[in-house]
Amino acid sequence: MREVAIVAFGQSDHVRDSAQTSEVEMLMPVLHDVLRRTGLRTRDIGFTCSGSSDYLAGRAFSFTMALDGVGAWPPISESHVETDGAWALYEAWVKLLTGEADTALVYAYGKSSPGDLREVLTRQLDPYYLAPLWPDSVALAALQAQALIDAGRTDEAELAAIADRDRTAAAAHPHAQRRGPRPAGEYVVAPLRTGDCPPIGDGAAAVILAAGDTARRLAAAQGRRPAWIRGLDHRIEAHSLGVRDLTDSPSTRLAAERAGVFRRPVDTAELHAPFTSQEVVLRDALALDDTVRINPSGGAQAANPVMATGLIRLGEAADRIQRGDSDRALAHATSGPCLQQNLVAVLEGEA
Amino acid sequence: MSKEPVAVTGIGQTAHAAARRDVSLAGLVREAARRALDDARLEWADIDAVVIGKAPDFFEGVMMPELYLADALGAVGKPMLRVHTAGSVGGSTALVAANLVAARIHRTVLTLAFEKQSESNAMWGLSLPIPFQQPLLAGAGGFFAPHVRAYIRRSGAPDTIGSLVAYKDRRNALKNPYAHLHEHDLTLEQVQASPMLWDPIRYSETCPSSDGACAMILTDRAGAARAPHPPAWVHGGAMRSEPTLFAGKDSVSPQAGKDCAADVYRQAGITDPRREIDAVEMYVPFSWYEPMWLENLGFAAEGEGWKLTESGVTGLDGDLPVNPSGGVLSTNPIGASGMLRFAEAALQVRGQAGDHQIDGARRALGHAYGGGAQFFSMWLVGTEPPPG
Repeated sequence: MREVAIVAFGQSDHVRDSAQTSEVEMLMPVLHDVLRRTGLRTRDIGFTCSGSSDYLAGRAFSFTMALDGVGAWPPISESHVETDGAWALYEAWVKLLTGEADTALVYAYGKSSPGDLREVLTRQLDPYYLAPLWPDSVALAALQAQALIDAGRTDEAELAAIADRDRTAAAAHPHAQRRGPRPAGEYVVAPLRTGDCPPIGDGAAAVILAAGDTARRLAAAQGRRPAWIRGLDHRIEAHSLGVRDLTDSPSTRLAAERAGVFRRPVDTAELHAPFTSQEVVLRDALALDDTVRINPSGGAQAANPVMATGLIRLGEAADRIQRGDSDRALAHATSGPCLQQNLVAVLEGEA
Repeated sequence: MSKEPVAVTGIGQTAHAAARRDVSLAGLVREAARRALDDARLEWADIDAVVIGKAPDFFEGVMMPELYLADALGAVGKPMLRVHTAGSVGGSTALVAANLVAARIHRTVLTLAFEKQSESNAMWGLSLPIPFQQPLLAGAGGFFAPHVRAYIRRSGAPDTIGSLVAYKDRRNALKNPYAHLHEHDLTLEQVQASPMLWDPIRYSETCPSSDGACAMILTDRAGAARAPHPPAWVHGGAMRSEPTLFAGKDSVSPQAGKDCAADVYRQAGITDPRREIDAVEMYVPFSWYEPMWLENLGFAAEGEGWKLTESGVTGLDGDLPVNPSGGVLSTNPIGASGMLRFAEAALQVRGQAGDHQIDGARRALGHAYGGGAQFFSMWLVGTEPPPG
C-alpha cells in the first residue's frame, strides 16, 4: 500500500460567535496557512476534499461558497462529504492510495452560532420515530452517561476529572475556545454538568496530505517529519439507541482493529469525545491505559466546531508527531448521536 | 502498483414518481439496493462498504440521513461514507466508491444515491437567501436560463432545438419502465406550446421533481469473475470543480466540464469521442443542455452541437444516442440523477437496457453536473476490461 502522510495542519481561533465573518473568511486564513507551510499553491494540489453541513449553515449547497475561497481556478479535482472533515480526509487518503494524486488539501468548517445547536442536531435523528420527539444532543448523551454510571463504569467525580484534564491542557493552546479549568457547574441534563459538555462555537481546520517522497520533501522543507498514516478505518452502528449498548462502542473497536491500533502501543490519543462520558466509552473500546497521553490538545472540551472537530483530532495528533512529541498516535473522530459512527487513524513518525 | 480494475456487476433503481407515498426514506433506498444485490446475485453480507450520496439535506428535512439509513442499507459494522457535491453527487458518489475498489481497500462496495423530493419543495429548498451570499435565485431554471440564452445567441441555434430534445427524451422514456414521466400522447407541438417558465425554457423542456433511488454494486476482478451477468468495466472516471461565479467564467461551456471530459478520455484512451463512444447518458435538466454539453464534452465543435440534435444524431437510432433512458428530463430525483446517468451507461454496455438498449453499445459515457454549472463528474464504461 502506498505511503501517505499528513504534512501540515492548521486551524482557526475557535470562538463562540463569528457573526462578523463568513464561512469563507473564517476558512481562507487556515487554507493559506497550510499552503504557506508546505510552499504549495492551489494549482499544485492534486485533490481537494472538504467536510461541512448545510444544516449548520442554514442553506443548501453551503460548501459551494467555501469553494470560492479555495480559488478553484483553473478547475480542480474536488469532492465534499456532508459530515465531519475526518471523513473528507478518509476520501482524500483513498484518492492518494489509487495513485491518481500525490497531494491533497482537506478542510472542514462549522458555524454553530447562527442556530441552536442542540435543536439543530435533533434533525439528525430518525425522522419517523425519533426526530418528532426532539430529543437534543445533550439529553441523548446524558442517557449514555447514566447508563455508564448505572453499570458502575464511571462516576461524576471521574467525569469531572476528565474535563479538568482537557481544560488544563487547553490552557496553553493558542486556538482553544475554553482555556483552563472551570467548575463542574450545574446539571445541564443529569448526570451531565456544564463542565461535561463541550463549548459551542465556530471554527475551521485544514490538513495537507502527501504520498511517499513528496511527503518527505514537504515535511523536510518545514524542518519537520511527516506523520505517516499507518492505518485508517471507520465503521457505523445502528441508529436506534434502543438496539445499541450505549456503554460500548463496537464500531470504534472494529475500526481500531482494522487500522492496526492494537499491534503496538500508542503513546498519544486524540479522542473526539464531545461529552466527558464518551471518553470513558472510547478508552475502553480502544484499550487505552494510563501510559497513553489523552487529548494533549484539550480535545473537544477545548473547542468543538461541529464538522471540524474530528479533523482537528487527526491534525493535532499529526502535529505532535511532526514536532517529535509523539512517535505513534491514535486519532479518533465521531459522528451521529451517542458515538454512532467512528473513525480511527494510526499515525507514526519515521522511526 | 497499478489500480485494481473496477467492474459494475449489479444495478438497481426504484420506480420513480412525483411522490412515492408507499415507502419511507428507508424503504426507498432499500428498494434500489435490493435490486442491485439481486442483479449481482449477492447478499447484504457480501458488501464490504456503503457509499451514499444525495443533494441538499433540506430536500427531505433530515440532517445527514445516512446515519438513520445505516440499518436499512445493511451498513451496521461497515464503513459508510456520505458524499455531497450538489447535482453531480450521484456521479461523484459512484466514483468515490469505485476508488475504494481501485485502491484495493475493499473488494465489493454498494453505492447508492437518492432523493425523496416530495418531502419538501425542491425549488425553494434551493432558494434560501443568506445575507451577503449570492442565492441561486428562484430555483435552478432561473439560474440557468440566461446561460441558455447566451448559448442561443452565441451559436445561432434555431429556437426549436430545445423542444426537439425534450420531445426525444420524453419519447425515449416510454421505453424505460422505471422512468417517472410516461407521456404517451405528447406531441412536438404540445412541447412547443407549453407554458414559458424561464425564457427560453418551457414547461415541457424542464425536468420533473421525482422521488427515487439508484444503486450499483462495484467490485474487483475476482468479483466480476463470479458475477452472473456480464459486468460493465470502468475505463475512466474524473471530477472537476470551479467557482460559482467569477470574472471570465464561461457559463455556457465551463472549463471544468472540458477538463473533466479530457481526463476521462485520456484514461480510457479515447481520441475521437464522437466516433468511439456508442451511447451517452448526460445530465440534461433543461432541454437546451443537450447541445451545450455535446460541445462541452467534445462531441461537436463549438457552436455545432445543436446540429447533431436537429439532424437526429442523438436519437435512439442515431449514431450518437443521447439519453436513451429518457434522461433527467423524464426522471429527476436530484441526488440520484447523476448515478442514474452512470448506471444507465453501464446498462448499455452490459446489454441490459431493455427496450432502450442501443444495439452493440460497447463504450458509454455517464455524465453529471451540479451547482452553478461548476461541479462535474463523469465515467466511461465498457464491455471489455480495461487494458493492462
